[in-house]
Amino acid sequence: MHLILFIVFAGLCLAGAINLLLQTHPINSALSLVVVMSSLAVLYLLLGAEFLAAAQIIVYAGAIMVLFTFVVMLLNAGREEHTMGSGVARILGFPAVAVILGVIATVILKAQGLGSAALSDPITSTEDLSRVLFRELLLPFEVTSVLILIAILGAVALARPGGDERRVGK
Amino acid sequence: MIPLSWYLLLSATLFSLGVVGFLIKRNLITVFMSIELMLNGVNLSFVTFAHQWHLVKGQIFVFFVMVVAAAEAAVGLAIIIAVFRARSTLAVDRIDLMKL
Repeated sequence: MHLILFIVFAGLCLAGAINLLLQTHPINSALSLVVVMSSLAVLYLLLGAEFLAAAQIIVYAGAIMVLFTFVVMLLNAGREEHTMGSGVARILGFPAVAVILGVIATVILKAQGLGSAALSDPITSTEDLSRVLFRELLLPFEVTSVLILIAILGAVALARPGGDERRVGK
Repeated sequence: MIPLSWYLLLSATLFSLGVVGFLIKRNLITVFMSIELMLNGVNLSFVTFAHQWHLVKGQIFVFFVMVVAAAEAAVGLAIIIAVFRARSTLAVDRIDLMKL
């Protein structure tokens, strides 16, 4: 059962990621990214991270991707055009990526003592998670709330018409 | 029973696909989506290692990555809107004001 679920959702994940690269219209890429994130949520659930699976659906596949599709539609982004820059990126980029993937894969495959996952494994409950989060890691948690606040202010200041336009536009 | 190395390989593949997308895509929004793909690939390996060592802190790290990604998406998309307003294009090759 675990094997079937893993193969189905890992396949969906890879198919969505490859589709993201092949599509030329940004809205198609955004929708395939939603597929990737939703199937990753199932994989988190298989690994026993139930809170993260819910957060992945709500925050990533929900909030962040809604923001992306909203911006794509707001800016009326058309098909992308290929220029000289993409040629250089192809020549230098693909060998580098192949090397990175090869190195990581060899390290993973040679690693000793990696365990295995089964459906009967204990699930990390939200209670365990919040116990560590709100006791040991309370300060980082509060710092992230300040970060979010600054991000909101920054987003409003950047996206507001006027102000920065005079400097950027000229 | 699934060996955890499969999850790690999937995570490495997702990260590499994100890097490929970052390099070959020529649209600012799609480049940004490739970064999100890389973040997701790394998150999967965090969850896998949290499962391997039975540590909750790995999952909390993913939680923090999600928070930072949300902040990054908000600010990044606001920058994209500002750039589009100034240059009327989303092609990364045309946004070359700071290029040598």
